[in-house]
Amino acid sequence: MAEKILMKGNEAVAEAAIRAGCRLYFAYPITPQSELIEYMAKMMPKVDGVFVQAESEVAAINMVYGASGTGRRVMTSSSSPGISLKMEGISYIAGANLPAVIVNVQRGGPGLGDIQPAQGDYFQATKGGGHGDYRLIVLAPSTVQEFADMADLAFDLADKYRNPVMILSDGLLGQMMEPVEFKPSKTKEEMEALDKQHYDWCMYPNEDEPNHHHHEINSLEIDPLILEQHVIKLGKKYDKIEKNEIRYEEYNISDENEVVVVAFGTAARIAKSAIDQLQEEGTSIGMIRPITVWPYPYEAISNVLHEKVRKVVVCELNLGQMVEDVKLAVNGKLPVEFLGKVGGILFTPDEIKAKILGTEGE
Amino acid sequence: MEIIAQRPKSLTDLQFTYCPGCTHGISHRLIAEAMDELDMRNNMMGVAPVGCSVFAYKFFDCDMAEAAHGRAPALATGMKRSRPNMHVFTYQGDGDLAAIGTAEIIHAANRGEHITVFFVNNAIYGMTGGQMAPTTLPGMKTSTSPYGRDEKDIGYPIKVCELLSSLVAPYFIERVSLLSPQDIMKAKKVVKKALQFNKEERGFTFVEFVSTCPTNWGLAPIDAMKWAKENMLPFFPLGNYRDKSVEGGK
Repeated sequence: MAEKILMKGNEAVAEAAIRAGCRLYFAYPITPQSELIEYMAKMMPKVDGVFVQAESEVAAINMVYGASGTGRRVMTSSSSPGISLKMEGISYIAGANLPAVIVNVQRGGPGLGDIQPAQGDYFQATKGGGHGDYRLIVLAPSTVQEFADMADLAFDLADKYRNPVMILSDGLLGQMMEPVEFKPSKTKEEMEALDKQHYDWCMYPNEDEPNHHHHEINSLEIDPLILEQHVIKLGKKYDKIEKNEIRYEEYNISDENEVVVVAFGTAARIAKSAIDQLQEEGTSIGMIRPITVWPYPYEAISNVLHEKVRKVVVCELNLGQMVEDVKLAVNGKLPVEFLGKVGGILFTPDEIKAKILGTEGE
Repeated sequence: MEIIAQRPKSLTDLQFTYCPGCTHGISHRLIAEAMDELDMRNNMMGVAPVGCSVFAYKFFDCDMAEAAHGRAPALATGMKRSRPNMHVFTYQGDGDLAAIGTAEIIHAANRGEHITVFFVNNAIYGMTGGQMAPTTLPGMKTSTSPYGRDEKDIGYPIKVCELLSSLVAPYFIERVSLLSPQDIMKAKKVVKKALQFNKEERGFTFVEFVSTCPTNWGLAPIDAMKWAKENMLPFFPLGNYRDKSVEGGK
């Protein structure tokens, strides 16, 4: 077994990205993701990689757009206000069918907000954010280990579907230290294969005259009938992703569950403590933790609403953005309650227990 | 039979979408000819802007990317850093480069990215129908400065070559015009020089074309060229602003 290293989430995801074959990273400093950009600044030169501190978030995501167009693994990262600035580029990257990985270490909002952990970018990440019909694959880690593991997964999914993938983390996971076990780095042969995997469409001119090509990296289709076909094709890709890539964790799910909790990321971590305590006290509570928040595990939720379940409780570090998706999954069969914290404040397991038991305020 | 003139190989067979008398066709051709002559086509990647030349990605016969408005130098940075053995150029208009993309061009130049930027300055937004550009002359009427550009209200035109030549990193910066056959011949030499430096990995190279927009200026093509000579050149002086290849160069 590989050794475990005690690391901050921000550093762990950066290290894992490098091991996954990412040799291009463009970003702009922002708290609470600064350890990530600093780790890349330190490590990229050591692996013959490219690190550029861009003049803005807008420039950083467009450097990603350009680099991705040349068919290589590329990443950027930021925190909420910076992710808003990247939305233009993300829409172009999606429109041009390009793979890319974007890490969002969420903080409190809206506006400048604060620098504490929050989950207020759920809508932005899962429902759009940029303009036009597009989807991001959105992965939500809840431990530092999972945060690191998602770097590899994010690149694989991005390359498989030629689609941008976001890792939707938060300031707690970014800043917190936990033991992490890393996958081995890509071998030389694997790196060479990665480098060539997109040759059939990417910009990488062929110096051999008979093989000269004119590849276009582009999201513009001025003819409405052609754009229609392009967007329909994107839609079919998203259907395929929804069919194949839904990921979630079932926690303490059983026929005895009286309440089902739905929570992702940091909120799910805290909910687990509450569920464990209630189990010891004799109350069975199950939880569905979406790992992909898009595509969303609607069926995973509707499938565990067994006879004894009397309600569903959604816990989030926002004003209830995921509640809409949970309600779609529950489809009116049971009451859906919500416990939220905002401003970068976390709930305690006791607060979640009280919400589940209906004893809050007592 | 000896061929003495033909369409450059670095242009595709597509017909240009430009208005009659527009100078984009000329600047496209000069760049393509230089690419052919320097044998750069097979390892060249270009970036098209947003503006009239938005379809440049279809016209240049090399690998091309279409950028968001103003972001071409950022794309070019990512492309060149990703594939350093390839050559990269951008082609941008005045609104794209000197308004919405000001940060991107200044910082790409300041990093000394090994790319060539071709900058078309015709003092107006062409594609959207003739609005005021950052290079619109004082007093010049456009659809968003219908009473003439009032420099007290909106400031003076931005002189991009002068601005960029305040930076240390750029290797070559020159302003040329496309306002007469003679000017075009001179421009060709400068375009080729910039691409030669690009090929030799000398650093950041920049060529500004003082151009016309007969359609949105409301002038016949020849009159537009005359107008540009009389009005634009005094404000945008032609010449070299940086050439590090020359000993004691600026």
